[in-house]
Parts: sequence; structure tokens; C-alpha cells
Amino acid sequence: MNEKKSKINIFKGSTDYVASSELACAVNVAIALEKPLLIKGEPGTGKTMLARSIAKALGKELIIWNIKSTTKAQDGLYVYDTVQRLYDSQFGEGDVKDIAKYIKHGKLGEAFTSERQVVLLIDEIDKADLEFPNDLLWELDQMEFYIPETKETVSAAHRPIVVITSNAEKELPDAFLRRCVFHYIEFPGEDKMAEIVRVHYPDIEPRVLSFAMEKFYGIRAMKDIRKRPSTSELLDWLRALVLSGVDLHAAREGVKPDAGIPFLGVLLKKNEDVDALTEYRAKGYTTVN
Amino acid sequence: MFINFLYFLRAYGLKVSVNEWMSLTCALEKGLADSSLTGFYHICRNLLVKREADFDTFDVAFAAYFNGVLSASDLPEEFWQWLDSPQCDVCDRDLFARLSLEFDELRRMFDERKREQNSRHDGGSYWIGTGGMSAFGNRGHSDSGIRAGGEGVYGRAVQIAGERRFRDFRRDRVIDTRQFETAFRRLRQFSSRVDSERTELDIDGTARETSKNAGLLTLVYERPRRNAIKLLVLFDSDGSMLPYSKLTSRLFKAVSRSNHFKDTKFYYFHNCVYEKLYTDPHIRRGRWVDTERVMKDIGPDYRVIYVGDAAMAPGELERKGGNTIIGLPNDEPGRIWLERLKRRFPRSIWLNPIVEDDWAHAFGQYTIREIASIFPMYGLTLDGLGRGVRRLLATR
Repeated sequence: MNEKKSKINIFKGSTDYVASSELACAVNVAIALEKPLLIKGEPGTGKTMLARSIAKALGKELIIWNIKSTTKAQDGLYVYDTVQRLYDSQFGEGDVKDIAKYIKHGKLGEAFTSERQVVLLIDEIDKADLEFPNDLLWELDQMEFYIPETKETVSAAHRPIVVITSNAEKELPDAFLRRCVFHYIEFPGEDKMAEIVRVHYPDIEPRVLSFAMEKFYGIRAMKDIRKRPSTSELLDWLRALVLSGVDLHAAREGVKPDAGIPFLGVLLKKNEDVDALTEYRAKGYTTVN
Repeated sequence: MFINFLYFLRAYGLKVSVNEWMSLTCALEKGLADSSLTGFYHICRNLLVKREADFDTFDVAFAAYFNGVLSASDLPEEFWQWLDSPQCDVCDRDLFARLSLEFDELRRMFDERKREQNSRHDGGSYWIGTGGMSAFGNRGHSDSGIRAGGEGVYGRAVQIAGERRFRDFRRDRVIDTRQFETAFRRLRQFSSRVDSERTELDIDGTARETSKNAGLLTLVYERPRRNAIKLLVLFDSDGSMLPYSKLTSRLFKAVSRSNHFKDTKFYYFHNCVYEKLYTDPHIRRGRWVDTERVMKDIGPDYRVIYVGDAAMAPGELERKGGNTIIGLPNDEPGRIWLERLKRRFPRSIWLNPIVEDDWAHAFGQYTIREIASIFPMYGLTLDGLGRGVRRLLATR
């Protein structure tokens, strides 16, 4: 049983990524069942980083397929460069009979044809058209696709570990969801966050950390904030604080409304949010003091 | 294998499919649950629940199935051995029955011990207290037991489920702008007749032109397909709609921000539509257009969404001169106008901010019912909007 387990529970996070036990469990289930792992969560909770961490922890190559609003499922499989072939035939260049020459694999094709097992990250799948995930059902299920032009089936020699991230912008189709292992990354609580920060900045002064955490969670707790700062913003902000050596005592005691939080722009990206914060402070609310 | 649990979850409205259930069985056989109920809980959630909106429902169902929130215990090793041996009866729930007996026993003992105990107790293996090996209290190490207050160090599954941390994600909650936008993205109908740059290679056209050109390659491009949906949104403004202003303004923002429609137009009305449609939400005299004019200018290909509580005095809908704005008596009852609009724009829906369950007995129940018989009416929730959008896309 234990031997079996050691083979199964292989992912526990990596040196630069703190994975909760729930997340590690989801990853291991996905790997063991050879199903795509669908990760959802607030922006900045490390969804994309997870794939890097898995690749690193398991010593595998990472292939990233970034999805944009114009991305089509076909782009990930292969592209058949018809125009080039037509031109070549026109001017008698190259061997136009060899169709394979004009077939270029996309990221999915690359992952399938790789000689070793890879980690394939399909990043922000919700950016694409609503039907996009449905177009990939067969390919992700069977890990193979057919190229009619060359009458060739590309099938994965080693089923890649597929990680799919979504910002929850769009509802994904049921048929697609049914084939995935699903995990929702919750926004980390203060303890977990402190752990995450220490992974990135092992030598951070406890004073700086507690100051930053207090402000950070204070801002997140404000109802009027449109775009709540996330982990990545906290990390950037901490870097700014540490590098600049801001006098935290002065910051804490700051009298001007905007004196309280140095480098506020790193945390809040919207003008409305900065205004909201200023207003809070002007009214003397305690949330962010 | 405890197939009852599958039906139990489905009874709670979780659409768990057989495939997903098989995956779960497979995962358990591989020993992925780590022989603990907590592990089992997470694996179930990973494999059977695919939306954070459903997490709460799952938590409730899980806690109910595994003997309620109070009982917190890991399943014993033999349970997993039993799971691993497929030859045993798949529908056996005896073990669960026995476990639940144990829980009951445990709870009885807890109550008894509570009566016996009269002092604070830390450590040890009998009294309710902190630490130690007793089955009762918190921060303990006993395999099974009842947690009495305090923080659970070894977060047991049923407790986690009982905390219902995902309550906020429930689908029936009132929605924010982004979710509205998401729902509106479904409202699409692709057509290549929309004006845009010709960027896609037209194979047929290329073949035709090339052969016309005696075989000299002539590439023809065509316009990519774009959303052809045009949308007209009519908002009920002022009066009884004030309590819902935040909600409707979110809807407004979502529609105006959605840039994937071919065209969107907004007008406003007060309670019911009559001769005039207002151009801004303040419903001011003079800042209006003739409803007739709008119906002439805008073609029947527009989808129309009415947003209003549909709650008014029956006269406002049924009588001449029912318009409550003083000095604007209408020659024709509101109902005639609504039916006229419906004929002109067959694909229309009515979104009502009043909670759907209350329609039958809210103020204005008569007009709500009557208007709902003209336009398909949906609640102004994510779910209602979703169903409405599907209705708008239907061919009829």
C-alpha cells in the first residue's frame, strides 16, 4: 500500500510554490487518472504558476499554450499552410507533393509528439470562444488527433499531464467539465500567505511582513474595491517595500491620507480604487489603518 | 460500491454522471484517498463537482450523508480494504450503518461525560478537554471523536463540509456586472455578413478565381464570421424600480460594455410602455422618442429585453389613461402597446428583479401574471438571465 502510494502521491509542491494539501491531492488525482486538471480561482492565486511547479517538481518539460480570444482548437493541433503550398506549386519550388512539409504542429501536437512525458498548460481557456473547450474533447480524451491532409493520426506516446486554467470569465461546457478533475484555488488566508511570502522572500523582516499583511488584507476587506489586489500584487509590493527601505514607522503614523501606504499603485490598479481608499481614510474608517 | 451516495448527490441537484462516478471508483481503487475521510472528501469534490458554485450544495449533501455536521471521524482501514475488493456487494451500506451507530454511541458518551465532568481538563485520555487521546474535545489525536469548540487542527472532512466555506459561490445569489457580461456572451449568432476586414482565405473562391485566371494562383479572402445579434434593452425606471437600481445598473453596464453585439440600443419607460420611450433613466418630459418611431426604425431582427418589476396597478396596464405620469393620458391601454411591441419584435424576454418565487403573491401579482403571458418572464438572476438568453436565441 505504501509503495503504491509513493508512486501516486508524487506532487507536493516545489521549493518556490506552496501547494495546499487539497491542491496537491487534486494534482495527484489528475496525474493518476490521466485526466486534465482544471484550475479555477481569482486572478493572482497562482494558477499558471502551478503548471510550472508541477513540471519542476517532476522534472518534466513544460509546454504552454496561451489562449487568446481568437484562438481556435485547430491552432493547437496543427496548421496546414495551404497558401505556401499553393505558391510553391505555382513557382515550382520545393516538393509540393510532400504535404507533411506544410503541416505544422501546434502546442497540443507538440505535446503529443514529444518523446518524453511533458506538462501541457492550456492557459486561460475561458478567453477563447465559448465552444472552444468542446472542440478539444476528443483530443484531450484520447490524446490523439487525425490529420486528413496526410491521412495520419498523431497520438501521444506519453500522455501529457494537462493543466487547464480558467478565470471563471465564462461558464465552461458540461461535457468538457465532466472529463476534468476540478480544483478551485481559494484565496489564501493570512497564515498561508505568510508562508507563500517566505518562499519568495526568505529573509523578509517580520515587521515589514506584518505591516504589509495588515494593509493588504485591510484593502481586500474593503467593499468598494473593484479590483482586489492578489498574491502577485502583494509580492510585487513587498519587493518595492524592501528595495526602497521605506520607513514603516513613519508610514504607519502618516497623517496625509495617501501617506499610509507607500507604492499604492503597485497594489491598486484602478483610479476608482485609489479614490475609494482615500475616501475611507478621510472618513477615518479603521479597516486600512 | 456505495452507489447510494451517487443518488444522494443527484437528489441534491448535483449532476454527477456515471463517467465521473467511475473515475471516483478508479481513484479510490488506486488508493488516492489516503485512507481518510478528508482525502475522500477532496477526491469526491475534485471529480464529482466541477463548479465552485456547486461546492456549497456538495458540502451540504456530504455533511448530510456522512451523519451530520457534528460527527467527525475518519473511516477505518477496513473500509478501504473493502472498497479495494470489487467482489463484495456493491450496494452494501452496512458499514455506514455501523459507523453511524458508532457516531450515535460517541455522541451519547459525550453527553454523559459532559454531565460527569465539572472542571477544566487539558491532556489525558478520558475527560473532554484539549490535547490528549480522549475522543472528546479539541486538538486531540484520537482516531474518531467529537470536537467541542476550538480550532480543528486536523481538519476532518465532515467538519470542513460543515463549515460551508463556499456558500458565497452559490449560483442563485444576486449577480455582479462581470457575471452579467459572461451571461450576455452567450447571446451570439454568427454571420459572415457583418462588415469587417477580409482576412480569411476563401478556398472555393480561390479555386474559382484561379481557374478563371488560367491556373495562375489568385487568392480570395472573405470576412470572418461575426456576431450578428442586435439588442434593444428597455428599462423600467423610477418608482417601484428604485430598490433594484443597483442591480439594473449592473445589467446596464454589462450590456453596454459587451462589445460583441452588432448594435445595442437603450430606452426607458415608467411601469409600462405607452406612446413614448424615454432616452434617459430620469423619465423627463421631452427627453423621449415616439414608440412608433422606434418600432419603425428598428427592425424585427433586434432581440428585445425588457427589465422591470411588471408590478403596477391593473389600470396602468388595462385602461385608457392608465399612465400614472400626470398630463400624459394614453389613448390606448398599455397592454395594447406591449402586444404591439411583441408582434414587432417576436424575440423578446422580460427580466424581473422580483424574486421568481414571489411573483404569485407580490404587489402587482395581477400585472406580473398578465405581462408574463405576453413576454416570457425570467428572474433577474444569473440563472434567469441564462435561461432568457437561451430563449432569445431560439429560432421561434
